[in-house]
Amino acid sequence: MPEQVQLTIDGRLVTVAAGTTVWEAARAAGIDIPVLCHQPRLRPVGVCRLCVVDVGARVLAASCVRACEEDMEVQTTSPRIERSRRVLLELLLADHPSPCARERTTGDCELEALARRYGLLDRRYEQGPTRPIDDSSRVIAVDHNACILCDRCIRACDEIQSNEVIGRVDRGGAARIAFDLDQPMGQSTCVSCGECAASCPTGALTNKPLARRTGESGLLPLVPRSQTTAVDSVCPYCGVGCALTYHVRDNRILWADGRDSPGNEGRLCVKGRYGWDYALHEQRLTRPLIRRAEFYPKGPLSRDVRGTPSPPTPLPPGERGERQKTPLPRSGGEGRNGIVDYAEVLPAFREASWDEALDRIASRLKAIKQAHGSAALAGFGSAKCSNEEAYLFQKLIRAALGTNNVDHCTRLCHASSVAALLEGIGSGSVTDVFGDARLADVILLTGSNTTANHPVAATFFKEATRCGTKLIVVDPRRPDIANFAAFYCRTNPGTDVAFYNAVMHVLVTEGLCNEDFIRDRTENFEALRDLVVDYSPERMAPVCGIDAETIRAVARTIGGARAMMTFWGMGISQHTHGTDNARCLIALCLLTGNVGQPGTGLHPLRGQNNVQGASDAGLIPMYYPDYQKVGDPAVRAKFEAAWGVPLDPAPGLTVVEIMAGALEGCIRGMFMMGENPFLSDPNINKVRKALSKLEFLAVQDIFLTETAEFADVVLPASSFLEKTGTYTNTDRRVQIGRNALVPPGEARLDWQVLCELSTRLGYPMDYTSPEEVFAEFASLTKSYAGLTYANLGTTGKLWPCPDPDHSEGTKVLFAERFPTPTGRGRFVPCAFQTAKELPDGDYPLVLNTGRLLEHWHTGTMTRRAQALDALQPGPFVEVHPDDLGRYGLADGATVTVRSRRGAIRLEARASRAVTPGSVFIPFHFREAAANVLTIDELDPYGKIPEFKFCAVRLEK
Amino acid sequence: MADFEPVLLRRVGRPLDIWAYRADGGYRPLEKALNELQPPQIIQMVRDAGLRGRGGAGFSCGLKWSFLPKDHPGPIYLCVNIDESEPCTFNNRYLIENDPHQVIEGVLLACYATRATTAYLYFRYEYGKAARIMQQAIGEAYAHGLLGDNILGKGLNVNAYIHRGAGAYICGEETGLIESLEGKRAWPRIKPPYPAVEGAFRKPTVVNNPETLSCVVHIIDRGADWFKSLGIPSSDPARPERGSYGPKLYNLSGHINKPGTFEIPMGITTQELIDKYGGGVWKGKKAKGAIPGGLSTGILTAAEFDARLDYDDLARYEIMGLGTAAVTVFDEDTSIVDVVYNIARFFSHESCGQCTPCREGTGWMLQILERMRAGQGRREDLDILADVGDRIGIIPGTTICGLSDGAGWPIKNAVKKFRAEFEAYIKSGQKKQTVSLALAHH
Ligand SMILES: Cc1cc2nc3c(=O)[nH]c(=O)nc-3n(C[C@H](O)[C@H](O)[C@H](O)COP(=O)(O)O)c2cc1C
Ligand code: SF4
Ligand code: SF4
Ligand code: SF4
Ligand code: SF4
Ligand code: FES
Repeated sequence: MPEQVQLTIDGRLVTVAAGTTVWEAARAAGIDIPVLCHQPRLRPVGVCRLCVVDVGARVLAASCVRACEEDMEVQTTSPRIERSRRVLLELLLADHPSPCARERTTGDCELEALARRYGLLDRRYEQGPTRPIDDSSRVIAVDHNACILCDRCIRACDEIQSNEVIGRVDRGGAARIAFDLDQPMGQSTCVSCGECAASCPTGALTNKPLARRTGESGLLPLVPRSQTTAVDSVCPYCGVGCALTYHVRDNRILWADGRDSPGNEGRLCVKGRYGWDYALHEQRLTRPLIRRAEFYPKGPLSRDVRGTPSPPTPLPPGERGERQKTPLPRSGGEGRNGIVDYAEVLPAFREASWDEALDRIASRLKAIKQAHGSAALAGFGSAKCSNEEAYLFQKLIRAALGTNNVDHCTRLCHASSVAALLEGIGSGSVTDVFGDARLADVILLTGSNTTANHPVAATFFKEATRCGTKLIVVDPRRPDIANFAAFYCRTNPGTDVAFYNAVMHVLVTEGLCNEDFIRDRTENFEALRDLVVDYSPERMAPVCGIDAETIRAVARTIGGARAMMTFWGMGISQHTHGTDNARCLIALCLLTGNVGQPGTGLHPLRGQNNVQGASDAGLIPMYYPDYQKVGDPAVRAKFEAAWGVPLDPAPGLTVVEIMAGALEGCIRGMFMMGENPFLSDPNINKVRKALSKLEFLAVQDIFLTETAEFADVVLPASSFLEKTGTYTNTDRRVQIGRNALVPPGEARLDWQVLCELSTRLGYPMDYTSPEEVFAEFASLTKSYAGLTYANLGTTGKLWPCPDPDHSEGTKVLFAERFPTPTGRGRFVPCAFQTAKELPDGDYPLVLNTGRLLEHWHTGTMTRRAQALDALQPGPFVEVHPDDLGRYGLADGATVTVRSRRGAIRLEARASRAVTPGSVFIPFHFREAAANVLTIDELDPYGKIPEFKFCAVRLEK
Repeated sequence: MADFEPVLLRRVGRPLDIWAYRADGGYRPLEKALNELQPPQIIQMVRDAGLRGRGGAGFSCGLKWSFLPKDHPGPIYLCVNIDESEPCTFNNRYLIENDPHQVIEGVLLACYATRATTAYLYFRYEYGKAARIMQQAIGEAYAHGLLGDNILGKGLNVNAYIHRGAGAYICGEETGLIESLEGKRAWPRIKPPYPAVEGAFRKPTVVNNPETLSCVVHIIDRGADWFKSLGIPSSDPARPERGSYGPKLYNLSGHINKPGTFEIPMGITTQELIDKYGGGVWKGKKAKGAIPGGLSTGILTAAEFDARLDYDDLARYEIMGLGTAAVTVFDEDTSIVDVVYNIARFFSHESCGQCTPCREGTGWMLQILERMRAGQGRREDLDILADVGDRIGIIPGTTICGLSDGAGWPIKNAVKKFRAEFEAYIKSGQKKQTVSLALAHH
């Protein structure tokens, strides 16, 4: 087949690559051929026939599907063609409800635009609406009358998102699109990603309004695109870091569109597309708050934060009587409402000026420092904040407060993975981007409920399986993506090391290793080999719960792979042996040579939108920015010189250690920006005591979080949507998030607050913009060196990016050597150990915790996003039907889940995703906080708590 | 009656089993082919005979076989199209119910010629009896070493499978059939690629009608010249390939005294078929018109009954083609609006709904006719009907398959040829009861 073909289109000679369609060739030549069923992101199907052209054959050809041929002579318009198009449009317009829902909202119905172009506003055929309207989805309105059956939605759902929800029912004139087996959309398996509505050319599928009005009830209608300002930004939620565009009018986001970027390729999930309205929630903090004198000694204020099992602490007189008159709205677990009732909390605070609040923080922190030394102070930053904010925050704690006690929630998600990666391959970041999963012939996905937690990354994995990539899923709780797997291994909870050692045993004993790679690129292989010889599949099968034959089959699939990519989530990392789990995965990849080439590599899927960047920026106790060791005197000297102050030589404490320190009394003063440890840290009853015990706590956040109930001073922060900064996604892609809104009331931009506070602490910070902060940060690192706001552009760069003006940055790391002292990857053999708290007679069940698609962490944002809240309104525990029967519980009954540390009450839901003997609770819900139950045991290396395993029991 | 000795139907009334078939000389053409002829020679003979597809499109059978890629490593598939869903058509059923082994022999010859190793016999669901008879015959053929490996010891390997559809007209369109065979919904594929290049399971595939394949048996048996001696050469000497040769099965139904299946050499006129074979129009009435070859082909007026039922001559009266050679006669008292309404209802129901012009166009024509029958017709409606009827289909190039050509053709024919009756109907605003045209099978 020739590589290029030459043809004429409308008399113009064009040369295109073989296989190019006539429509693409015409478009490249600047010739517009109208289309309806075609959309460049979708596989062409050629069903609407609007794009017909004359290719010199007896019949007209649909240009969207017809490949160019050598010497073809194409006419894109002629009386015959135009007549055909007109008749077609007339037929479609006949029963089109004009203006349809799209024309009435975003004003961009493609059919009505064509009607105007062809002057077909007068109808020769007409008919009223005869087809149903489906209003059941929370986010998408369905009007079958406007549907032209172009099947774009079907392909968008199938091919872009791989959700496979939409199909067609019936035939001929009765044909209709349908969800699942013709369910109402809201009751189907639809996950509300909105890709179908984004692809629909007409008003058949349109986004429902979600923007709140100020001060009134009801929602703002969508308006034509031309009347909005488009702000190119990124999604504030997960580490996938999807590029999107907000459509803004009058300081209100009206809707969001996915934006084409090499990362997400225009895709979004429900959170990114429909989860932005939290920013205008009425509970936003707009003025600084100072705790009233009557509310000392400090303690929790709201009923949920006090916790049900312990008797409520009496409220001061006056407040109490009033509050009890208005019963709390009831929903969710124990009949409590999802978000905090400000009436319970706000009376404990009075409004203050910024000056007063900042002075109060500065003076109290300084006083503690003077009396007890810098080590008595600590700060929690947040992986929700930008690189600039993270950089300034750690700089403030280190340079102004003089301590390395600075950490953030990375500790709770991938600290163990990072520890293992640094030890094994010398770098904690991913070695290849998630999109390269398409190049792998095997994907190993373990401890990750990807479709819920990294939904857009999951679309790439699902897509890869359709093209022949084999997916291996290893997880004790069956994630939905297992539907796409060649192997789904339901391991026993906490037995990953046993499983992977057995897999490696097979690789080693059956000669399936990549010996060249082991010889040239690694060290300590012998130690690994000596360990895994004892882990035969036959021996490990009863331990990990996977039969020996399957272990062997999995190992052979891995061993036979040309390129395998390994992804993991918190099911691997959140264990007391989380580092060991990650070490096994690293060893597996080194053993098979699966690092350093496209479509191979190690990819811990990062949780928060900026967990990579916050870590890069030094928001961790043992590293300055870019993982430069605090303990290294040369490094310290570099930062002392850069920052102009002496720095503490001792590495600081980690999140859970700081909480323990607060309880013991050695940590006395804290500053928290955007973190909510009350819900996110393990063993809440202990956290409650620790927070109550802090001498001084300042919290900077957008809402009065559970943690803020323990604060002395609360600062009103700006939300993601109100500020500009850079965020680094799981792929190491540094992208600019741009402000779409103006902060409410007196809320301030966080970087400005940090500068103010630092100055008041005696360490002046004087920046004029986030861009300037970024420049300083980048100049102190190797990874970000050379990056600027200008060259990041609209789609960002992957660090490292030595030539940002000409390159996208580096997808694949370590093609030649690893950044370890020897340049080699290191095998670290790990013996299998059991979890810390095994089930027993009293607490017979294993508790696993995690997240839901619709919610983010402690729910501060998502539970205030109407659509997300409506889709997942309350807490529940997933229990296997056999266990429900065993304990005499009904599906949907309210139950108590109790561990040695506490108890919560919530709804029991039958689920076969969990095995008998284990239960699962999402941790987003304050009214039944899963972390009341979890154990605060730590992984010795990563200091990550064991969120995924503790013993509980069910009570009626 | 006919002076012509039936060939395809020569065994009607004889036992169906393989012993009887062999005793009557069956499978000898196959033996002959395996012993004496190479596959390319068979293809050449079939081309020389001028055999054109009996499934509707009338495409040259030998030419279609020659489109298969040369030296393809295989597998190559043969699909036998026994979906036969064109209204008033029952040739294939008659053929199979009366002589299944003749079809199997045709299948084997086609497989030998095309190097196909698997044959799928796709039956419309309603053809339960025919499918059971065929299943029995296939079993016998396996038992006799006429299916399976090393057929007749000559190294030919063919497996045959029956696949029963689930009742949609569109499954008869060759790529719809292939999709359905693959377990998908029968949505015709965009061509190119044609099945010969990329068909069932993405492999080269030949789709043939069982009557076409049965003809092959006799071409091998009696020679291409014999085949060509029957029928009518092309009227255009420059395009000899447009001739209509060989014996043909004709179906006759509707308002006729003796409906049935008749084997006649190609080229009998409509009038002769009705009078000589069908015993004339029923109840002593006159004919108003006829559908000459299945609904898709169009409508003839009684004045046009001199049209020869072949691939060529019908074009004189703007008929799309011979189609399935199923003639349905309607008498002088039949309302043309009812006829057309029934046709429109059929196509709107059977359109797969994939392409917009077909889905919307068939729906529109039906709605306009419904309105007309409700006494609310407008004169402009006739232009709309003609316009839509003319704009949908693969011939105008607006659809993926030919269903919509077939849907538009009879309607535009009718509006043109019976315009006065339509106009009178609209004017009188009369509400007619449906006089059901005998669309159901014979
Ligand atoms: C809508 C539609 C329905 C068809 N139905 C049949 C059918 O039932 N039987 C058949 O043999 N061909 C049918 N055809 C024709 C086939 O597509 C194909 O041309 C034929 O099976 C080829 O066989 P032949 O060359 O032996 O005639 C149909 C075509 C269309 C467009
Ligand atoms: S919202 Fe997403 S999952 Fe739901 S039907 Fe549309 S594309 Fe499919
Ligand atoms: S709902 Fe929209 S995208 Fe889907 S088929 Fe109808 S018009 Fe096309
Ligand atoms: S996948 Fe993550 S980044 Fe992308 S839209 Fe969803 S939550 Fe946002
Ligand atoms: S022409 Fe009609 S039947 Fe044929 S593919 Fe298109 S919609 Fe389906
Ligand atoms: S755009 Fe080409 S057929 Fe619809």
